[in-house]
Amino acid sequence: MVGDKKKTVEIHIKRRTSPKEEPRWEEFSLPWKPGMNVISAMMDIAANPVTQDGKTTTPIAYDSNCLEEICGSCAMLINGKAKMACSALIDKLEQPIKIEPLSKFPVVRDLAVDRSVLFENLKKVKAWVPVDGTYDLGSGPRQTPSKQEQNYPLSRCISCTICMEVCPQFNEDTGFVGAAAISQVALFNDHPTGAALKEERLHALMGDGGIHECGYAQNCVHSCPKEIPLTKSISRVSGDVMKQAFKDFFTT
Amino acid sequence: MAKPKIIVVGGGLAGLSAVIKIAESGGDVDLFSIVPVKRSHSVCAQGGINAAKNLKGEGDTTAQHFDDTIYGGDFLANQPPVKEMCDAAPAIIDLLDRMGVTFNRTPEGLLDFRRFGGTLYHRTAFAGATTGQQLLYALDEQVRRYEAEGHVTKYEHWEFLSAVLDGGRVCRGICAMNLRTMEVRTFACDALIIATGGIGAIFGKSTNSVVCTGSAQSALYQQGAHYGNGEFIQVHPTSIPGEDKLRLMSESARGEGGRVWVPKQKGDKRDWKSIPESERWYFLEEWYPKYGNLVPRDVATRAIHKVVYEHDLGIDGQPMVYLDLTHIDRATLNRKLEGILEIYEKFVGDDPRDVPMKIFPGMHYTMGGLWVDFKQATTIPGIFAAGECEYQYHGANRLGANSLVSCIYGGFSAGPEAVKYAKGLQRSAASNGHFDAEKKRQEEINSRLISSDGSENPFRLWRELGETMTRNCTVIRYNKNLQDTDAKIVELLRRFQKINLSDKSAWANTSFIFSRQLYNMLQLARVVAQGAARRDESRGAHYKPDFPERDDANFLKTTKAYFAADADEPRFEWETVDTSLIKPRPRRYDAAK
Repeated sequence: MVGDKKKTVEIHIKRRTSPKEEPRWEEFSLPWKPGMNVISAMMDIAANPVTQDGKTTTPIAYDSNCLEEICGSCAMLINGKAKMACSALIDKLEQPIKIEPLSKFPVVRDLAVDRSVLFENLKKVKAWVPVDGTYDLGSGPRQTPSKQEQNYPLSRCISCTICMEVCPQFNEDTGFVGAAAISQVALFNDHPTGAALKEERLHALMGDGGIHECGYAQNCVHSCPKEIPLTKSISRVSGDVMKQAFKDFFTT
Repeated sequence: MAKPKIIVVGGGLAGLSAVIKIAESGGDVDLFSIVPVKRSHSVCAQGGINAAKNLKGEGDTTAQHFDDTIYGGDFLANQPPVKEMCDAAPAIIDLLDRMGVTFNRTPEGLLDFRRFGGTLYHRTAFAGATTGQQLLYALDEQVRRYEAEGHVTKYEHWEFLSAVLDGGRVCRGICAMNLRTMEVRTFACDALIIATGGIGAIFGKSTNSVVCTGSAQSALYQQGAHYGNGEFIQVHPTSIPGEDKLRLMSESARGEGGRVWVPKQKGDKRDWKSIPESERWYFLEEWYPKYGNLVPRDVATRAIHKVVYEHDLGIDGQPMVYLDLTHIDRATLNRKLEGILEIYEKFVGDDPRDVPMKIFPGMHYTMGGLWVDFKQATTIPGIFAAGECEYQYHGANRLGANSLVSCIYGGFSAGPEAVKYAKGLQRSAASNGHFDAEKKRQEEINSRLISSDGSENPFRLWRELGETMTRNCTVIRYNKNLQDTDAKIVELLRRFQKINLSDKSAWANTSFIFSRQLYNMLQLARVVAQGAARRDESRGAHYKPDFPERDDANFLKTTKAYFAADADEPRFEWETVDTSLIKPRPRRYDAAK
C-alpha cells in the first residue's frame, strides 16, 4: 500500500495570533490518509493541536467555506505558490509543505487575510446590470450560444484574489485595481443591458490604479484556478479605455 | 413614520433575494453574514433552476411543475405555497436572465432547458454546471448596487447569536458577534429575516459548506421558534467521498445521460473497460424503466444502498458505484457539464470523460427547518425565515433544481412580508432593557466557555456527532438506533460542559466560535433524531424498514418541534397538512404516475 511508504505528512505553517504580532513558524507531523488535502490536514490539526515536537498549540485560523473551489475563500501560499487550499492535494505537494498567508493583503490571523479591497473595487467599476426592477418585465435579451460561451467563463470568477496576489503591479504604490475587477468590466460591458454603464466603468479604470498600471506580466492568467482568460479581458477593456479617452478628449 | 429597518441574516440566494425586495421598496437593510456574502453556500448548487417555461414544445405547465413537486415530496408539503412558487418560477427565471445570468442558450438565443430528476419534462434552466454560483452572483451584484446607494449595510464576518425579544416575546433586534474582534453587540430592527441555509455540519461530512451548521436556526428554536419536519434530510445519491467533505456530483450528470452501474459479478476485479456491456448491471434502468437514472434522489439513494449493502456489489467491495459519462462525446460534456467534471478531476485525479466516476450517497439537503406560515413568518412575532433554513416547500423530499427556485421565491416573499409587518408594528413602549439583558446572557455564555477547563476537544466531539448521525439518521432508520442516537447526543451535551479550548485568545478565535456552533448543533440534532423516531412510516427521504409503507392515516402530518427550556429537550406536536389542491396518491416511480 502507498500508506506504508508515506506514513506521515510534514507541514510547516507560518502563524500569527494577531496582525500586530511577528510571524512564527510551527511544524506539524500528521498521519497520512488517502485523498488528503491541505484543508483536511488543518482539520486534523484542529482535532489534535500538537506540534511535531509535542507542544500543545491552537487550531489554525484560515478562511474556508465550500471546499469545492467555488466560494473563493481558502486562497493561501502553498510551497510558495498562491493556490486554493481545498484543491491542493497532499500527495501532489513536495514535503515539508510550507503554508503561508497571501502576502499582499492584511493578515487577520494565521492564514486568514482581509480581501475586502476586491469587493470595494467591484463597487467602483459598477459590476452589475442596471435592471429597472424585480417586477415581471418579461424575458431578457436574446443571446447567441457563442456569446454565452464567451461570457460564461468570465462569470465564473470566484473572487479568490490570486490574480492580484501574483501580480507584480498590485501593491500599495500603484493602487492597481487588479485583473479580477477588469475582467468583470469586460463581462458587464458586453451584456446588452449592462452596456448602459460602459462609459462609467471605463472612466473608473482611468487614472491612478487604473488599467494602464498593468505591466502584462501575465502571472494572473497563469495562476487563475478557474483558468479565466484574464489577459484577453484586459486587452479588450484596455482598447475600450483608450477609445473612450480619445472620445473624451474631443467631446470635452 | 420612519423607514422600516429590517435585518437579514444570511447572504445566500434567499437572504439576498429578500434584501433586494426590501431595498427596492425603500426600506433599509442590515445584512449579516459569517462569510462575505459572495462566498455563501448557494454557489455550490450546480445543476439548475426549475421553471415550467415550456420552451421545448412538450406542453409543460406550472400546474405540472406543482404536481411533480408535491408528488416528489410525498404529499407532506402544504400545497398552497408550493403552487404559488411554481406559478412564480417562470418570471423568476426571466428576472435572472435580465440580471445577466449567463444561462445556456438554444441556437435561436433562447434559454436552454435540461431534464432533472422526478420529472419527464425539460424544465431546468442552467448556466453550465455552476448555476448556483451564477445566480448568487447576479443577486450579489444587485445587492452591491444597493449597498453603493446606501440602502444596504453589510456586516460580514459577524455571527448571529440570538434574537432580542421584548417582554411580550416580540423580536426587536439581534445579538451578534464579530468573528475577528469577538465583540458581542446588539442591533435593533423592526423585523428580522433568517436565511441561514442547511444543517449539514450536524452530520459531520456532507455536501454542505463549512458555515452550514444550523446554529442560527437552533438558537431561535431554543428561544421558542417551532421547527418543522426536522427528520427529513435528503441524502444525495451521487457524492464523491472525501477526507474533508463529500463533494456533490450533480444530478445533471444523469440529466445529460449519465448511467449508474456496477459489475454484475460479485468481487469482479476487472478494470471497468474490460467489463462488457452484458456484464454490467444498470440497476436504476432495470428497476425504474420509466424514469431510469433520473428517479428522485431518495429512490436512487436507497437503490444504491441496496446494491452495495444487500447485493454486496460495490466496486472492489467498497461502498461505491459507477456513474458513467464515457459514452457521451467530449465536446458535449465540456459544453454542458464542464464545471462539475472539473470538480471530479481536481479532487479525485481522474478525468470523468475517460473513466467512470465512483460515487456514493451523501447528506445533502435539509427539507425540514424553522416552521413558517404561508407568509414566511416563524412562530416568534417579527421573525421571518426563507430558504433552506425553513421547512415549507419540499415536503418529505426535494426535487433537483427546486432548491434555487424555493430560495429565491422564499426571499422574494419574506422581504415584502417583513416590510409590511414592520410598517404595522407598534413601537416598543417599554424600556430597552431587553437589549442589555440579551447581550449579558450571550456574554455570560462566552465567558463560561472560554474559562471552561475540561478535557474535551470540540472538534472531536463534533466528529462523534457526525458519525452517529450519518450512521443512524440518514438513509435507513431503525427506532432502536434512533433512540441510541438521542442518548449519544445527550452524552455529548454532557461532555460539552467539560470542553477545553486550547485557544483562549480574544481575537479571531475559530475554535471558540466553532464550539458555540457545536452546542447549537447538538440541541438541533435531537430534533432530527427524535422526530425520526416518532414517525413510524416511510415517506420520501424518511425510510424505516420496519414501517416500509407511507401511512397517511397516522402520519400525513407536519412534525412540529419546540424547545422545553426547563427540561432542556424537544417536545413535539403534529399539524394537519393542507392537501386542498391535489389529493394524495401513492408515489411510485416504477410506473407512470
